[in-house]
Amino acid sequence: MTDEQIDHETGVGTTGHEWDGIKELNNPLPRWWLWTFYACIVWGVGYTIAYPAWPMISGATSGVLGFATRTEVAQDIAVHEAENADLVAALNAADLTELPPTDDLHRYAVARGGAVFRAQCSQCHGQGAAGTTGFPNLLDNDWLWGGDQEAIAYSIRHGIRNDTDWDARYSQMPAYGEIFDDDEIAAVVEYVTSLGNSDFDASLAQAGEGLFMDNCAACHGNDAGGNRDLGAPNLADAIWLYGGDRAALTETVTNARFGVMPAWGQRLSEEDVRAVAVYVHALGGGE
Amino acid sequence: MGILDKHAILERSPTLLLVSSLLVVTVGGIVEIAPLFWLENTIEEVEGMRPYAPLELAGRDIYIREGCYVCHSQMIRPMRDEVERYGHYSLAAESMYDHPFQWGSKRTGPDLARVGGRYSDDWHVAHLKDPQSVVPESVMPKYAFLSETAISGEYIEDLLRTHRFVGVPYTDDQIAHASADFRVQADPDGDWDALVERYPGAVVSNFDGQSALTEMDALIAYLQMLGTLVDFSTFTPDASR
Repeated sequence: MTDEQIDHETGVGTTGHEWDGIKELNNPLPRWWLWTFYACIVWGVGYTIAYPAWPMISGATSGVLGFATRTEVAQDIAVHEAENADLVAALNAADLTELPPTDDLHRYAVARGGAVFRAQCSQCHGQGAAGTTGFPNLLDNDWLWGGDQEAIAYSIRHGIRNDTDWDARYSQMPAYGEIFDDDEIAAVVEYVTSLGNSDFDASLAQAGEGLFMDNCAACHGNDAGGNRDLGAPNLADAIWLYGGDRAALTETVTNARFGVMPAWGQRLSEEDVRAVAVYVHALGGGE
Repeated sequence: MGILDKHAILERSPTLLLVSSLLVVTVGGIVEIAPLFWLENTIEEVEGMRPYAPLELAGRDIYIREGCYVCHSQMIRPMRDEVERYGHYSLAAESMYDHPFQWGSKRTGPDLARVGGRYSDDWHVAHLKDPQSVVPESVMPKYAFLSETAISGEYIEDLLRTHRFVGVPYTDDQIAHASADFRVQADPDGDWDALVERYPGAVVSNFDGQSALTEMDALIAYLQMLGTLVDFSTFTPDASR
């Protein structure tokens, strides 16, 4: 079996294995490979001593270097927080409405807020903050609950109509499908349509006007211009959150809408909330 | 030269080689896996973790059925960029009632470990029906059929029992009321006090906005509770883990 022979062509010994006349040269492993292999074994042993590795009775060895991923991520976060500590303190102390757009702090807030917005807010409001059906456009100057920096910050911090924050902005439109009959709904829809369009049924709209004044004007205003204390939208402009055609309006009047926004103050730091408010305000529609 | 010269015996007997290599691999497996079952610090004790409420558990089954884990992970790693984007890094305890766990291995979509409460129910409905309607750049498929597929919770007690069989501590009380809890979680007008008592922190909502109980309700109930159970304001990380 270990019948060693010398191969005449190369002068190298063979392993003695032979298959159908084919023999195997017994060349040694290259030195560099062998020493690298030994070095890896030594490094591996050292690694398990330096870092957490071996399971013992109640826990694993913690390693002489004291490394822990949790400590590392905490340090990593602390380093970055320390770098921005001055700006963050200034941002938290600032009156956002008085922050000049040329200020370094304003620029920092817009950059920070933009990063947070794209990671946290864009899923509903869109990457470019233009919103979509049911999720408000933040680029225009039409604000449901107020458009200055502090009002925006409040909306972000406490959210809208959520169950998790007692200070959330809250209002609820009644579902008029349970109050009006179909003709009355059609009349109110026609009246609302008449506010911003030239193409409407005048007699139907006139019938709807009285219903509007009795039922809707308390929140939306006699001029249908909306009421920010109640988050009641302006119905006289061309901006619609859920659509402004008759079908969408009928759906809105019949079942009402109940848009919810989470309370981001429970997820984001106060400086992040403020930064996003400054960013959103700076998008163009801020007041 | 002793034992090293005996390798020819192994090499010439396929059965012996197979058995021996199995033994070698087994040793590696035991050393790597077995300690996790006895080490006390594998899963640290945290406040707030509870077994899934019946509707959430049904939603979790839909999550698995539709293969959501193929594109979404549920594992926030302890790195600054992940913590800033998704929230506090995941704890082993947060997966302790998962059979199987949903950590996933690839993120075509974002991590979902803390998606609970992050978006409104309306957003989830719009997004599951047609993801591109709210996130135009998304490559996620449409799951509109979920809101047309009614579920009755017919086998929900068996499902809870099965999970109890593999180690989830469902009580007899929870199993006895599984069917009622299943229905009431999607009915804010119902009497859900007992549900919240049995499953603290459970969110009650008409998730899909329709009167019928559908798979959409179940899936959103599951998504809305992901990562919300542990109160991190009272959590002190033990650095040794």
